[in-house]
Amino acid sequence: MTRKVNTNRYLDYNASAPMRPIVMRAMQEAMHLVGNPSSVHKHGREVSKTLTEARDILMETIGAKNSRVIFTSGGTESNNLALHGRSIGTTMVSDIEHDSVLFAADDKNRIPVNSDGIVDLKRFEEMLSLRTSPTLISVMLANNETGVIQPLHEITSIAHHNGCLVHCDAVQALGKMDINMSHLGVDLLSLSAHKTGGPKGIGALIIADGVKLGPQLVGGGQEYTLRPGTENFVSISGFAATLADIQAQPEEISRISKMRSSLENKLRQAFPDVEIFGCNGPRLINTTCIRMRGLPAETQVIALDLAGISVSAGSACSSGKVTPSHVLKAMGLSSTIANEAIRISIGWATTDEDIESATKAWIALQEKALLGDFLGEHQDT
Amino acid sequence: MITYSEEAETEKLSFPIYLDNQSTTATDPQVLETMLPFFNAKPGNPHSDGHQYGREAMEAVEIARVKVAAIIAADPREVIFTSGATESNNLALKGAASFYGKKRKRIITAQTEHKCVIETCKRLEASGYEVIFLPVKETGILDFETLNASLNEDTLIVSIMAAHNEIGVLQEIAAIGELCKTRGALFHTDAAQAIGKIRLNVQSMNIDLLSISGHKIYGPKGIGALYIRRRPRVRINPLIDGGGQERGLRSGTLSTPLCVGLGEACDIANQNLDHEPARMLELRQRLYKGITSAIPTTLLHGHMQQRLPGNLNISFPGISSDQIMSAIPEIAFSSGSACTSNSIEPSYVIKALGAPDDAAQGAIRFGLGRFTTADEIDYSVKRITSVITSLSAK
Repeated sequence: MTRKVNTNRYLDYNASAPMRPIVMRAMQEAMHLVGNPSSVHKHGREVSKTLTEARDILMETIGAKNSRVIFTSGGTESNNLALHGRSIGTTMVSDIEHDSVLFAADDKNRIPVNSDGIVDLKRFEEMLSLRTSPTLISVMLANNETGVIQPLHEITSIAHHNGCLVHCDAVQALGKMDINMSHLGVDLLSLSAHKTGGPKGIGALIIADGVKLGPQLVGGGQEYTLRPGTENFVSISGFAATLADIQAQPEEISRISKMRSSLENKLRQAFPDVEIFGCNGPRLINTTCIRMRGLPAETQVIALDLAGISVSAGSACSSGKVTPSHVLKAMGLSSTIANEAIRISIGWATTDEDIESATKAWIALQEKALLGDFLGEHQDT
Repeated sequence: MITYSEEAETEKLSFPIYLDNQSTTATDPQVLETMLPFFNAKPGNPHSDGHQYGREAMEAVEIARVKVAAIIAADPREVIFTSGATESNNLALKGAASFYGKKRKRIITAQTEHKCVIETCKRLEASGYEVIFLPVKETGILDFETLNASLNEDTLIVSIMAAHNEIGVLQEIAAIGELCKTRGALFHTDAAQAIGKIRLNVQSMNIDLLSISGHKIYGPKGIGALYIRRRPRVRINPLIDGGGQERGLRSGTLSTPLCVGLGEACDIANQNLDHEPARMLELRQRLYKGITSAIPTTLLHGHMQQRLPGNLNISFPGISSDQIMSAIPEIAFSSGSACTSNSIEPSYVIKALGAPDDAAQGAIRFGLGRFTTADEIDYSVKRITSVITSLSAK
């Protein structure tokens, strides 16, 4: 294949992140193992050992001792397994969940969020008090579009007080904040590797001790019979290496956080009234959901792409759609405003130069948009 | 026959010798090579079409889809990626049942299908479908007349695997496809073991749904595909909801490297179809003849000719598979299928062939593969026959 090398600067980590070199090495090592982890011969046993080790690393890094770790094909499958596999009544989910939770939920009553994008605990409590049947609550730990972090500890207390279980989609939070499942108190937790520098195609559902769940897929009985299919141990090794790498580099979070602050400060200096959504509350250290006045998000994404910056409008899986973000609308923003928001998300390999370029490109584009002379410009600069 | 000293032969070999390719295969180095750039240099989410990274990932996924489609003579638009054959089989059966279940209720499969098809059918049975688990002949081949008799107006789908994971038996897929077509039932086949070993053509064989696995064909683990016929259109409902990827039938971010790896594995398998199965057959015969000439009481399970070229499933009267396996740790083979390896129950497949319990208890499976050598086979013959001889003497 002969093609132009992609020289764009990548600032779309919440869609997917480049793989950490250490993860790549761990996977290449795992690829030399041949066996099927369920086989009893030496090849099989070796593989089975790496699986056990990976499970232990997962449990340790997210504070989930005595839990069951079920490896899945990713966050979407984990969320579906948690919601479809539940043994009790109905599900109630927040307004800002990822599509894989929204569409898997059967109850159309959504838990609202306030203008900062945080779950309205009072409303949540009221909604729960009206329930007669046991309910599975699903609230994400951090939102994929705005990065807003939810008060899971409080949500869990309220839910448990009312005899309900809590599932938490922690896909975007992983690697960007400390996650401790037992502190959060949640009963089910979904994770994905590829949003934080691990391989695509692997995720996990962590099930707290004593929580009952049924399978979505049936077959050979792997993963405590909750998820049959030959274990993808190469990717599982990569997942474990990702978590180990994050744990070995506690300074990574503050480094990313500084870069994000620098980005937002520069944009604020240029445009003091710039709107950054969800910035008043606790937020992931890598995500900026920002409005550019006068230019639809899709046009911004294309213009920034031509200027060498890869970002996205909303979440990747709905990138193809033109509907405004359900997350921003849930925060009370008008369609016009929601339509002008894009997401900049950074990560482990982001450099100061990436931030510098992105800042310049964004400011230049906003200036053009405000002057109204954007149309007609097709210069690739 | 070439003669050589035993030491010289043993020196060349690396242990344990891997003869368990029906369980899983080593990833082909060429497959690995094509996957590597998509781990780091090309990180894009294939569903982010707003920028170059996303587009180059999507382009790679689509090229892979073309290659997967090519090995079964399908249109790329008829192929969706899944996490593996277990998911593909679940999706095909539950998805079709959920879409057509109001009109038709009967599901026909065989007693010897892979666990994930059996279990899926049992689930469907529990939720109100009428499931028929057809018996097979002593050879493991499905009796065509029995199938014909069980097909009725109410039949929704027939699911019969193309090649068997334990006994390697090849079913008469083209004939079954033709029959289903004339009787108006859908036809699904689990082709996880058959891909790359026999030629499959979804058009000429009248297959409506077909499951593929990556790791059984020297591709990566954690990826598979499901073929879904477009003309006439076959409809299924999804099992996994979310962002609506894969035409709304399978949500979740596609793993670009895994898709690329599956595509490459299919491509290589397709190119090798002319000679690789022939080589497997030659090696398998060498193994079988070597064992039977020393141990004439060897029992073969499954049809001898209508069989995967690299598969051998045998037992020795009075000797359990555990005894053989623990006596030969330097060769990796298995009893039954991998997913049930940990259970000590006798193989339900061997039992379905009408074999006595002790044959089911004693059955061992050899799966030869792309990287198996004649030297490995010769060594294995020697080890197996000497172990069986000494176990028989006890």
